[in-house]
Amino acid sequence: MSEAVVSTRVRLARNLSDYPFPIRLSDDKAKEIADKVDEALRDCGVRFHRIDLSTVSDTIRVALLERHLISPDFVRGDKGRAVFLSDDNTVSIMVNEEDHIRLQVLRDGFEPDEAYEIADRLDNALSRKLNYAFHEKLGYLTQCPTNLGTGMRASVMLHLPALDITGAVHRIGANLSKLGLTIRGLYGESTKPVGAFFQLSNQVTLGISEKAAIANLKNITAQLIAQEMKAREQLLGKIEVRDKIARALGVLKTALVMDHGEAMSLLSLVRLGVASKQLSTLSTDSIDRLIVEIQPASVMTKFGEEMTPQERDIKRAEMIRERFE
Amino acid sequence: MLCQHCQKNEATTHVKTVINGKTAEYRLCPECAHALGYDHMFPDLTADFGGILGSFLSAALPARSGATHCRLCGSTMNDIKKTGKVGCSECYDTFFSDLMPTIRSIHGNTEHIGKRPVIEYETSGDKQPEKDQADVGALRAELKKAIEEENFERAAELRDRIKEMEG
Repeated sequence: MSEAVVSTRVRLARNLSDYPFPIRLSDDKAKEIADKVDEALRDCGVRFHRIDLSTVSDTIRVALLERHLISPDFVRGDKGRAVFLSDDNTVSIMVNEEDHIRLQVLRDGFEPDEAYEIADRLDNALSRKLNYAFHEKLGYLTQCPTNLGTGMRASVMLHLPALDITGAVHRIGANLSKLGLTIRGLYGESTKPVGAFFQLSNQVTLGISEKAAIANLKNITAQLIAQEMKAREQLLGKIEVRDKIARALGVLKTALVMDHGEAMSLLSLVRLGVASKQLSTLSTDSIDRLIVEIQPASVMTKFGEEMTPQERDIKRAEMIRERFE
Repeated sequence: MLCQHCQKNEATTHVKTVINGKTAEYRLCPECAHALGYDHMFPDLTADFGGILGSFLSAALPARSGATHCRLCGSTMNDIKKTGKVGCSECYDTFFSDLMPTIRSIHGNTEHIGKRPVIEYETSGDKQPEKDQADVGALRAELKKAIEEENFERAAELRDRIKEMEG
């Protein structure tokens, strides 16, 4: 499993019944909600660090996005938007995104049950302090009807290089909607897949329990991985493919300038080589960590926000060379 | 057969949609088919999600609830159609019958199964409500005793105090 599953995420969408949804919310009321959530999180058992989006730079916001701690939509950082992060960055609570509350738990590897359990516990703590909008028939009420019911989106980040190369991912994607699931790019909704990384998540939230949706996700993930492994076997039988993988490692170890797109395609190939035991270099976990660190805004928050794109590409190549030494 | 949308003209267009594996069929007249965007084979696939949801919503049956706007947030059904976003939790009640067809086509279901909010409110560090509860209990016992003893003046006094405490 771990060869193909990078991480797991569970997010819950919640709203407060006494306020209009974010689309109709004034800046003052938005701030009021952020303060209420702040207060409610005080004695929930986990320590949170609050970031008011309007007080941080664009680069930091994008870096938060690159780490999947906030969504692409949230980056704009309108007034009243705040994110609460746990000390270990495994829990993020976005306030005033599409819904008042978007509680998200991130775990490395394939751990949907564990992620849900943490989200569920925090959600219970919040629901004791905040008056959630809940409807007998429709469940948790959300700004967009697509999230009604459980308000839960459980997703796994998959590395599917073989299904990507053979083009099978697109055929599978079309069939997934029949099963109430969807497959998307690296950063979620309407983003392109990069380096053969895909997010598989449940689409239907009304009329299906959290447990059933997670069981469904686990089941389909297992099937998808089985197909990926079969495709890998065939693919790696070809000398041309093994050559490409070996060369990718060579470039990563020696290049002086590297843009993000190139780094992602090469790391994707090397990850495939490591997972199939063709290469013995960094572990897949270390590669996954490196993939997070070499994203543009993440490089800039670490080495200075004044960098030009070329300086950034030089720094990225340096980071990669060091890691593969 | 009459058009299922306007119930006036003869239906000539047969529309079959498959969403999340659920098949729905409608028979429409040419005017309604055009109005609902079913007269061209290739709908605009580049539309953003709000647009897609908006067109879902426009295809919903005409308003039945009678309400023109939500009394809490002021949204109209038109606002919701335009943005694909609902204004507040109250809107779901106000426009329930208008939103239902859309909800059904998105999820294939209309009834929530799953978690419900935990609603007991903890008043952290403040034990006042419990104390009040205990006091009311004690007063009730005293009231019962006063009635048994036919001490009605005392009973009336106790009754008023209990009423006051229970708000």
